[in-house]
Amino acid sequence: MHMLEVKNIHKSYCKVEILKGVSFTMEKGETKVIIGPSGTGKSTLLRCINQLSPPDKGEVWLDGEEVTNPKTNINKIREKIGFVFQDFNLFNHLSALRNISIGLEKVKGIEKEEARKRALEELHRVGLDAQAQQYPAQLSGGQKQRVGIARALAMDPDIILFDEPTSALDPELIGDVLDVMKSLAGKVAMLVVTHEMGFARNVADEIIFMEGGVIVEQGPPKEMFTNAKLARTREFLGRIGALYGEEETGG
Amino acid sequence: MATDFGQFFLNSLPNLLNGLGYTLLLTFISIAVGFFLGIALALGRVYGNKIINGFCVGYIELIRGTPLLVQLFIIYFGLPSVGIIFSPLQAALIGLAINSGAYQAEYLRGSIQSVESGQMTAARSLGMNKLQSIRHVILPQALRISIPAWSNEFIYLLQYSSIAYIIQVTELTAEGKFIAAHTFRYLEVFAMIAVIYLVLTIVSTEIIDRIAKHLSIPGIGAAKRVSLRDI
Ligand SMILES: Nc1ncnc2c1ncn2[C@@H]1O[C@H](COP(=O)(O)OP(=O)(O)O)[C@@H](O)[C@H]1O
Ligand SMILES: [Mg+2]
Repeated sequence: MHMLEVKNIHKSYCKVEILKGVSFTMEKGETKVIIGPSGTGKSTLLRCINQLSPPDKGEVWLDGEEVTNPKTNINKIREKIGFVFQDFNLFNHLSALRNISIGLEKVKGIEKEEARKRALEELHRVGLDAQAQQYPAQLSGGQKQRVGIARALAMDPDIILFDEPTSALDPELIGDVLDVMKSLAGKVAMLVVTHEMGFARNVADEIIFMEGGVIVEQGPPKEMFTNAKLARTREFLGRIGALYGEEETGG
Repeated sequence: MATDFGQFFLNSLPNLLNGLGYTLLLTFISIAVGFFLGIALALGRVYGNKIINGFCVGYIELIRGTPLLVQLFIIYFGLPSVGIIFSPLQAALIGLAINSGAYQAEYLRGSIQSVESGQMTAARSLGMNKLQSIRHVILPQALRISIPAWSNEFIYLLQYSSIAYIIQVTELTAEGKFIAAHTFRYLEVFAMIAVIYLVLTIVSTEIIDRIAKHLSIPGIGAAKRVSLRDI
């Protein structure tokens, strides 16, 4: 049994089919990177997985439970699926610490003091001990995103979905966020939509190339970067590599 | 002349204080009841299904589309003919609360909708249900955003509660009319009353401002003083 199984997902918006049958699986602790041109349905796919936008057709299974089954308690499932957003979506009215502890308290029912302790640990893990009492408006983009990751981590999920976690960041802040993500590799499964080719090359177990609502090709980074089967994949990877410099490769 | 006015003021004081008491009672009760009514209506409008939303729209439009005075007359003079009888104070409280609820609903709805949609998305993604997301994430932000509008509403009610004198509630303005009718010193009486309303308005604006400052959070709808002219 796979930890996550995505089977033949279809999703339309206003009669336009965005996802045209997407299937893949993930195992415990695995990291997969999804790449593909903008508008191809990458975000939609992530939102289908945690049912923020329920798919029209197809199934999602997590730990042997059918996520897409209407009878499943979706709130219970979402505790196990972390989500990190492109524009952070931190709770604006809560300090960094409370952003992390609120889920523990209100969703997991953990007592306040214990939740606070756990939140502090997560903040430490992402290197933000000093920012515990600051509000989102007082944090830099990179710090916000690290709080976002800590908030997802605190729930102790099986998998975290990252939707372009660094694309809203100034270039000099991207590294800190990627470092945190690298440090998680193997500890929690990560499905990451990103154009950061260094991260894809060095951290991902597999790269999934999506275009036009389908998976065009997928494989281990080495294979994808050096001898992808399809010309289209080689072309896209070449272009993306040129755009998002590969200084990080080989590390 | 000055001592004469002093004496007149002292003589009027018991009546004025009595009126002031009713004015404050009308204001506080109707703003509070209207607040909870407003939250319920606003949530119904934003998150309710078609039926709930339709009901809320109907209520809000009905109340905002008819004069407060007519509403008070219906409650106080009209309802007895179908066997529902309220005292003047009860009728005024109900009328003002119902009225304020509709107005508070509209600006609360505006505040709720001004909270970025990503906030709800993030809350749901954590595993909160809709109610928890509203309670712990949306409302704390929306309520802060709506403090300036709420401040206006408070001052509006403080002054427009005077309309209750028409159905014989002895609030501040009614007491003024009573004193004036017995002494014929209209100018002095209503000047005193005007000053009392002015002081009440300034003091309550200041208090609400301080509460807003106390509750303010960097990055969320900075609480600012709104002039009465903006109403
Ligand atoms: N909620 C929505 N309503 C209508 N159209 C949407 C919605 N979300 C996404 N789309 C459309 O679906 C397509 C794929 O979007 P998205 O999944 O965001 O692509 P990607 O993340 O790969 O850039 C886009 O054309 C977008 O306009
Ligand atoms: Mg996207």
